[in-house]
Amino acid sequence: MKGVTLNMENKTSSKIDLDSVFSVKNVSVNYGDFVAVKNVSMEMYKNKITAFIGPSGCGKSTLIRSFNRMNDLVPSAKVSGEILYQGINLYDQNVDPVQVRRRIGMVFQKPNPFPKSIKENIAFGLRVNNMTDNLDDRIEKALTQAALWDEVKKDLDKNALDLSGGQQQRLCIARTIAVEPDTILMDEPCSALDPVATKKIEDLMQLLVNEFSILIVTHNMHQASRVSDYCAFFTTKATEDGRRTGELVEYNDTKTMFTNPIQSLTEEYISGRFG
Amino acid sequence: MSNELELSRKSVPLIEKFVKNFIKLSAFGAILISIAIVLTLSTEAINFFQSPEVTLKEYFTATRWTPTFKNPEYGVLPLISSTLYIATIACLISFPIGLFSAIYLSEFASKRTRKIIKPVLELLAGVPTVVFGYFALNWITPNIVQKFIPGTGVFNAISAGMAVGIMIVPTIASISDDALNAVPKGLKMGAFALGSTKRITALKIMLPAAISGIIASFILGFSRAIGETMIVTIAGGQYPELNLDPRSAMYTITSSIVNVSLGDTPHGTTAYNALFALGITLFLMTFILNLASDYISRKYRKVYE
Amino acid sequence: MNSIKDLTKTNKEKAPKEIIFLCVLYLSISIAIITLMTLIFDILSTGSNRLFSDYEVGLVTKQQINNPQDFLTSLDSRDPLKAGIGPAFVGTLWLMIIVVFTTFPLGTGAAIYLEEFAPKNKLTRFIELNLTNLAGVPSVIYGLMGLAVFVRLAGFGRSVLSGGLTLTLLILPVVIVASREALKAVPDTIRQGALALGATKFQAIFRQVVPSAIPGMVTGMVLGLSRAIGETAPLIFMGALTYVNYYPDSPLSGFTAIPIQVYNWIGYPQAEWKNTSSAGIILLLVMLLTMNSIALIIRNKFEKDW
Repeated sequence: MKGVTLNMENKTSSKIDLDSVFSVKNVSVNYGDFVAVKNVSMEMYKNKITAFIGPSGCGKSTLIRSFNRMNDLVPSAKVSGEILYQGINLYDQNVDPVQVRRRIGMVFQKPNPFPKSIKENIAFGLRVNNMTDNLDDRIEKALTQAALWDEVKKDLDKNALDLSGGQQQRLCIARTIAVEPDTILMDEPCSALDPVATKKIEDLMQLLVNEFSILIVTHNMHQASRVSDYCAFFTTKATEDGRRTGELVEYNDTKTMFTNPIQSLTEEYISGRFG
Repeated sequence: MSNELELSRKSVPLIEKFVKNFIKLSAFGAILISIAIVLTLSTEAINFFQSPEVTLKEYFTATRWTPTFKNPEYGVLPLISSTLYIATIACLISFPIGLFSAIYLSEFASKRTRKIIKPVLELLAGVPTVVFGYFALNWITPNIVQKFIPGTGVFNAISAGMAVGIMIVPTIASISDDALNAVPKGLKMGAFALGSTKRITALKIMLPAAISGIIASFILGFSRAIGETMIVTIAGGQYPELNLDPRSAMYTITSSIVNVSLGDTPHGTTAYNALFALGITLFLMTFILNLASDYISRKYRKVYE
Repeated sequence: MNSIKDLTKTNKEKAPKEIIFLCVLYLSISIAIITLMTLIFDILSTGSNRLFSDYEVGLVTKQQINNPQDFLTSLDSRDPLKAGIGPAFVGTLWLMIIVVFTTFPLGTGAAIYLEEFAPKNKLTRFIELNLTNLAGVPSVIYGLMGLAVFVRLAGFGRSVLSGGLTLTLLILPVVIVASREALKAVPDTIRQGALALGATKFQAIFRQVVPSAIPGMVTGMVLGLSRAIGETAPLIFMGALTYVNYYPDSPLSGFTAIPIQVYNWIGYPQAEWKNTSSAGIILLLVMLLTMNSIALIIRNKFEKDW
């Protein structure tokens, strides 16, 4: 790890011919006086899957949670720098985090369906967003999009907690897309699932990307190489006080990243020499 | 899908504001209740001490409590000594029983036994005190106390103390059990690995490690015993003078509060105000004990967190 | 070094000290359980004939006094064989209604505020300290406060309303603590899941978190209520002990309650009153057991495996 110099110029790809959804400028996230992730700058593109990879503790989850202002729930969390979403600064004081989350959906590490019926799980988001016209149609559409409709159409009133882990996660995806967001953030969505269920989610992502922009955090490099169009590699660096801070090492299109990485650190990680 | 991005704040609905304020007020109600207790007790108690019939000095030094007599006397000493006396008997019973029950539950009992015994203890804790009072008067006194200790009266401190003791066993057992369970498993495993028996581990390792939680439970139990009302009113009698013979009746602070309020004590009379003087005396005693218990148990929680 | 013989169980675990210690533990836990069983047996044996069958008077005559249900429905009487618990039973029901309708909104409201909305500051900490201390205040003190505040200051007089409100204040700390536990048991992922869908904090808490915590809150409420109906001391100040032998007909009417009625009967010297008070205690214990079972059933039925 020593001897690696990080050069801002060759850290990110310079492609700008795509529509940008997120434009991240010098973003750092602190918890109190602890810096979780430091000085990240990058662009994310519309209708593409962008993957965040890196060893645990590198701040990739922290960063993704600042994209829909879920970090607001942690009182000590503070985001500095600029996160522009379709040109609007998400941390502008006129911006309502509730509206942000409505446009930028999120799927969590562990499936977290509400302890209610399948139908209610999807109806909840629609209700709080005043999208109750054609409720049943919207529910069917969301479940179909999430490739779950055929499995559950007969028992929509069944408690969601009775579904399998993979089904629960697809239900969570369904309720997220039901409220018609522009972007979906996925925070290690497959880490609690078996390989078969993981495959289903990955296939699903390929379908969804036609309609949504997707950001996925994963600790699984192979998953990143399978599903993503762009890939950002983060790592941790020790600070003077011995704590570890996350940093962006390299950001590029996935193919280049995995075949011809610019940074030697990236190469080491990808080839499995650390992390 | 529209690309018009609208992220600005929306106004908060009225109902949300109302509910939020309501629940906030409910929480602040806790402070209001405390204020109400302190304020009502102290204002009436001040009236009591301002009345010509009584002085602070007399309250704390006189040895008779007879507020409803023709020549009333207001000495709180016999009441305090009776209260502490009965509470001590209760603790002599409940401390060992409660603590050993806790050690049994946390260190020796199987999961299944625990599942049966815990609800039984909860049931014991749920028995109304008037029922314990009945039991002390009609069963413990004739069948235990009078049989083994000759010269015991119908109303006596021993039965009352025993019943209060049994009543607070669940409190002590459950708090001590929690304290023992909060001790990190590694400590216990370490002791076993060094070849300690279960007894040695329980007494020499677990007990010292959980000692602050156990002491907290003892203090809380003592405070409960001091504040217990119906058992001592029913089974403890009302002997209004200093008395240290546990076979005879005594007169605790709580039972004298009940008895004064049963008599004809119209609002504003000295006897009525005396209720509140006793009330604040009792309140202060239990308040200090509860604070001490809370402080100690908070400390032990920090140690292992 | 130890020989292999020392490893057999006889050596250490069965040493006399170990056995004696274990016996002490068994003895301790049995005393508590045996006392409870003795208490229940004694009360059943003295009270059940008054409740469930013909009543035997003296040694020779077996005289039918009244039907078992008469005990529940008839008025108190100077005659222990005719005394019923009707007014006290109805008084207790009145108290329960008042307590439920006041405690549930206040208790769950305070719990939701403290658990979900309250900022972590000194004021919140002070409220919590107050609650801890209130839970340890003797019930007789609540009675004195109720006497000064509800009976005198608010002018409700010695009424069932004053009694109910006093009991509400008494069990509020318990109910708040139980409701907070119920809210704490709802995993954070539910809150996050709701917020991530664009729900406001208010919507997330009141439409997802609170409904999930309702069973736990109801359990806490039922347990608090069962404590309230067993309370005697605070009600004495509400005039419940004066000879009340009529059914309460409004929140402001005088009343008596089961534990008060029992306490009254315990005070009478004749032996027959013992049976009557035991019968009253049986009714009280049956009510408490029923409520505790309800709480247990709710807890088991809705306990979630998150």
